[in-house]
Amino acid sequence: MTELLGIPPQVLFGQVLLGLINGAFYAVLSLGLAVIFGLLNIINFAHGALYMTGAFVAWFLLSYLGLGYWWALLLSPVIVGALGMVLERTLLKRIANLDHLYGLLLTFGLALIIQGLFRNYFGSSGQPYQIPPLLAGGHNLGFMFLPNYRAWVVAASLVVCLGTWFVIERTKLGSYLRAATENPVMVQAFGIDVPRMVTLTYGFGVALAAFAGVLAAPIYQVSPQMGADLIIVVFAVVVIGGMGSILGSIVTGFGLGIVEGLTKVFYPEASSTVIFIVMAIVLLIKPAGLFGRAA
Amino acid sequence: MAAAASPIPSAQRALEVRDLHAWYGESHVLHGMAFDVREGEVVTLLGRNGAGKTTTLKSIMGIVRQRQGEILFGGQNLVSLSSNKIARMGIALCPEERAIFASLNVRENLLLPPEVREGGMRLETIFELFPNLAERLASQGTKLSGGEQQMLAIARILRTGARFLLLDEPTEGLAPVIVQQIGRTIRRLKSEGFTIVLVEQNFRFAATVADRHFIVEHGQVVDMIPNDEIGHRQDTLHEYLGV
Ligand SMILES: Nc1ncnc2c1ncn2[C@@H]1O[C@H](COP(=O)(O)OP(=O)(O)OP(=O)(O)O)[C@@H](O)[C@H]1O
Ligand SMILES: [Mg+2]
Repeated sequence: MTELLGIPPQVLFGQVLLGLINGAFYAVLSLGLAVIFGLLNIINFAHGALYMTGAFVAWFLLSYLGLGYWWALLLSPVIVGALGMVLERTLLKRIANLDHLYGLLLTFGLALIIQGLFRNYFGSSGQPYQIPPLLAGGHNLGFMFLPNYRAWVVAASLVVCLGTWFVIERTKLGSYLRAATENPVMVQAFGIDVPRMVTLTYGFGVALAAFAGVLAAPIYQVSPQMGADLIIVVFAVVVIGGMGSILGSIVTGFGLGIVEGLTKVFYPEASSTVIFIVMAIVLLIKPAGLFGRAA
Repeated sequence: MAAAASPIPSAQRALEVRDLHAWYGESHVLHGMAFDVREGEVVTLLGRNGAGKTTTLKSIMGIVRQRQGEILFGGQNLVSLSSNKIARMGIALCPEERAIFASLNVRENLLLPPEVREGGMRLETIFELFPNLAERLASQGTKLSGGEQQMLAIARILRTGARFLLLDEPTEGLAPVIVQQIGRTIRRLKSEGFTIVLVEQNFRFAATVADRHFIVEHGQVVDMIPNDEIGHRQDTLHEYLGV
């Protein structure tokens, strides 16, 4: 096989694939953040901790109930989403009309508590989680080896992201959501139970995080730290894409994953900082983010 | 102080507001507002800027939540209800600022409010009333002209089946032709049995559509003028409105 720019194709495509996988997690997580920020005006710092909780729920389901990956993929988002709704009703609701800073502090505190609880029980070591048998192995595509599970992660994330985008931008329910993001008072005066919609939206955003957590479980180890490491990068993605933009978070999430992967090939030293460099540049040129509307 | 209206038999009364007080935080804005509206009637609230007309409509709708007193509608006091419940009872507001949604196109804006009752106006009828809207369905809501946005804001609440409409200055800032078009619409709605509370600065316009006028000053109704007396009470009216 010929080399591209002096790089063996296996290496190049391998890194692009790794980038896509990371990008898939960035996209699903920043999408949840965008949906939550749009309607609740809260920068949900607990998102990483809830992603981690999602992975742990999968692990619990398997270890204690013998329920495998596919059940976890379904149940973990439901369980974590329900937990999110309880958090919204009992805590977030109280600060709904205050400055962003309060939401940030509250959710940051929640993140620390949730992580602390898990660390207390599991230490900082990771728990292994097996790839489901159906998705074990891989395919040799000639120019690279494609593990089935990784292909699945990218495909499942894409489907979830596009499905969410479709619901928000193209359906009646989505029009309620977009309208309530702009003017919740008026939407409620049309007869829509906006407080309930807010609770469900938070639950949905958080369920997306849990879904990502289950997807991640077989790739990374299930550890209390897994969310904290990821969430900082995801916030950079959100800033680059434009706070609250649905399409922005999806495109930016996948795009930056690939950028990161390519950086690993061509200039590995910068691979862990490239996203923050992009963020700085975007903030200088377009402070509202690539897809953001100027405030 | 209360409107010196002859008592209306309760069966014909669509809405009765009694001793209504409302606040924005610490500031007390409505001071014992009182008026009533008959089934099928068009009444206006007239008054100077800041008199409390918009606040009255928002208090009825439940948007201003800090309120006390009685707002009797359909056998219930609306004061204890949230705005979504009030909307479901068949009251709809067309707000002063129009509140057209920028992230929704015209069609989505039009279809946004859920139907609260059977018998809402059909889209064909709405497009007959406002042909401009039919041509602009795919445009972004806020790309419409001011007049078109006002038509959209009115059209939007006609679909829902609500029979009790609160219209806050629908003619504000619009060209005379469009004001006439809105006047025709209001008269048509009245002929179809809608009950309407209209806030207006333009009392000449108000006189062409309304049955009675309530004069609002400092968060109270200080006078009521039946529309057929408005001719020989011009001077009083001018005094109230400072025009
Ligand atoms: N959101 C608010 N917060 C605090 N005060 C308000 C608010 N909205 C209105 N007010 C005050 O309440 C009073 C009544 O206002 P309102 O909007 O009801 O008057 P209006 O009769 O509709 O006037 P206009 O003819 O100018 O629309 C005014 O003194 C106004 O300054
Ligand atoms: Mg007003």
